Amino acid sequence: MNAVETRGIKKYFGSGETRVEALRETDFEARFGELTFVVGPSGSGKTTLLSVVAGLLDHDEGSLHVLDSDMGALSNAERLRFRRQNIGFLFQQYNLLPALNAVENVAVPLIANGIPRKAAEERAAALLETVGLASRMMALPSELSGGQQQRVALARALVHDPKLVICDEPTAALDHKTGDAVMALLAQHALSPDRAVVVVTHDTRVLEFGDRIAYMDDGRITQIEERPAVAEVS
Amino acid sequence: MRFIALRMLTADRSKYLGLVFAIAFCTFLLQNQSSIFAGILRRTGNQISDVTEASVWVMDPKTEYFEQTKALKDTDLLRVRGVAGVAWAVRLFKGNPIAKTESGKYAATTMIGIDDDTLVGAPRKMLLGRWEDLQKPDSVIVDRAGYQLLYPGEPERPGRTIELNDHRVTIVGISDAAASFLSLPIMHARYSEAVQFQGQERKQLSYVLAQPSAGITPEQLSSRIENATGLRARTTDQFRWDCIRYYLKNTGIPVNFGITIFIALVVGTVVAGQTFYLFTIDNLRQFGTLKAIGVADRTLVGMILLQALNAGAIGFAIGTGMEVTFVEIFLHKIATRGLILLWQSVAIAAACIVFVVLIASWLSIRRVLKLEAATVFRS
Repeated sequence: MNAVETRGIKKYFGSGETRVEALRETDFEARFGELTFVVGPSGSGKTTLLSVVAGLLDHDEGSLHVLDSDMGALSNAERLRFRRQNIGFLFQQYNLLPALNAVENVAVPLIANGIPRKAAEERAAALLETVGLASRMMALPSELSGGQQQRVALARALVHDPKLVICDEPTAALDHKTGDAVMALLAQHALSPDRAVVVVTHDTRVLEFGDRIAYMDDGRITQIEERPAVAEVS
Repeated sequence: MRFIALRMLTADRSKYLGLVFAIAFCTFLLQNQSSIFAGILRRTGNQISDVTEASVWVMDPKTEYFEQTKALKDTDLLRVRGVAGVAWAVRLFKGNPIAKTESGKYAATTMIGIDDDTLVGAPRKMLLGRWEDLQKPDSVIVDRAGYQLLYPGEPERPGRTIELNDHRVTIVGISDAAASFLSLPIMHARYSEAVQFQGQERKQLSYVLAQPSAGITPEQLSSRIENATGLRARTTDQFRWDCIRYYLKNTGIPVNFGITIFIALVVGTVVAGQTFYLFTIDNLRQFGTLKAIGVADRTLVGMILLQALNAGAIGFAIGTGMEVTFVEIFLHKIATRGLILLWQSVAIAAACIVFVVLIASWLSIRRVLKLEAATVFRS
């Protein structure tokens, strides 16, 4: 079964003469137990596809199934709950809350899911240890390096054990070594048979961590490349 | 999510303090201007409130407020005494003789002439001397503010002489009479002497003070006096409010204060609203991240309301504290004595701040609800 499956997805922005077709009958799959890259030039529709898959944007036509749920059939509230429980996000700019320290930032998805703050922070602290930030738990984002911030963001994306992790240019602001470390953690997360990771990237250095690479251009998936040996690499 | 909302609010200290103090100054201005307004209006009836023994004031029908009197005939006192239900009635004179000190300082005064026999209407709060000393010939009691006006910088002591329309009189006491609207020295003397100090006029009886018999209310007695004599009779409270209404209707005081209060409200709303709105705009990416993570709109609305209410409550508390400090300081100054902070002022300011907070919240909530969670993917 696929974690993500889109068939003939269309997405428009604007209306009338200024209408832009960002996704043109896009067919895309991301499988459980795999890390799937989506690559392509700027403006090819990668981020739009990511937003639609994550339920942040509505699609206009086509079908979208995520974790066996028909996203088009879900109400806004159901989609919100689905996202809160099942999807983890990793952003290019980390998007940490600057007023919260590392542990509190990581605990946010758990708190949003109704876990008491104390229990949420205990779980967040444990995860921060696994990403090598045991000594920086109380640090504010402004006190962390870019790599450390992205590791906090990664811990936040994984803390509620989501079945699908969606990443937007997670290594763009990181040096090669730190980027590799982040990708290794993501690839490890994707090893589980009930999980999947989708990563949009321009960074060709990290493609070695992927199981599949979907090339995108002009709103369509133009090519799929299978990389069966990736699990061993990571 | 409450702690996250509060952390977001207080993370940038300078913005948070800017927001809180915008609300605090708005609160202070609203309470301050309305307090000064209330204090000034209260002064218009202070000489009425100072008379505690009698509860009904009888006057010529053309008399509209305390300062402006049309004299009654001496026989009107007897007519009032003859009304059923009047326990007793005494005369009261109000004039404005010119006082002159030994050093040559002049000042117009408010002279209150009280009944010679009973001294009803004498100031009961004496700072120096005894009000009973008014029984001495050619004696007056002056209020502290008046004394300091006549003898600036000199120690307060009874026994000094002043000239009132060529009459040499002795200050036998210094009272703590409530401030008058015009801030003139307030002098009390016996009726028979006060009319002499004022200078002879054909009719000099300003008011008749009456007290109802047991079982009759001041309102009932007022009606009876009006029906029986054709004079105007008002209870102490009614007459005090007559004075306030007269000044409200016939002076620019309410308009001027109204403008100031309106400006305070507009400036407070704009500054606090804009500061809070900008705070939300600065945090849009954070709200977008929370939206993407799956935080519901109603939770985000709750967070924004909590932030606005927190800033509003703290700003209101600080502003009220500033106003209380202001009142406490200026209450004891001669020129501003009688300044009061009415609970109504606090309540009105609170309502205005709630309004400001709701406007600011509404603007911010609109922006956050319209925010597309997908914006978090934009770098």
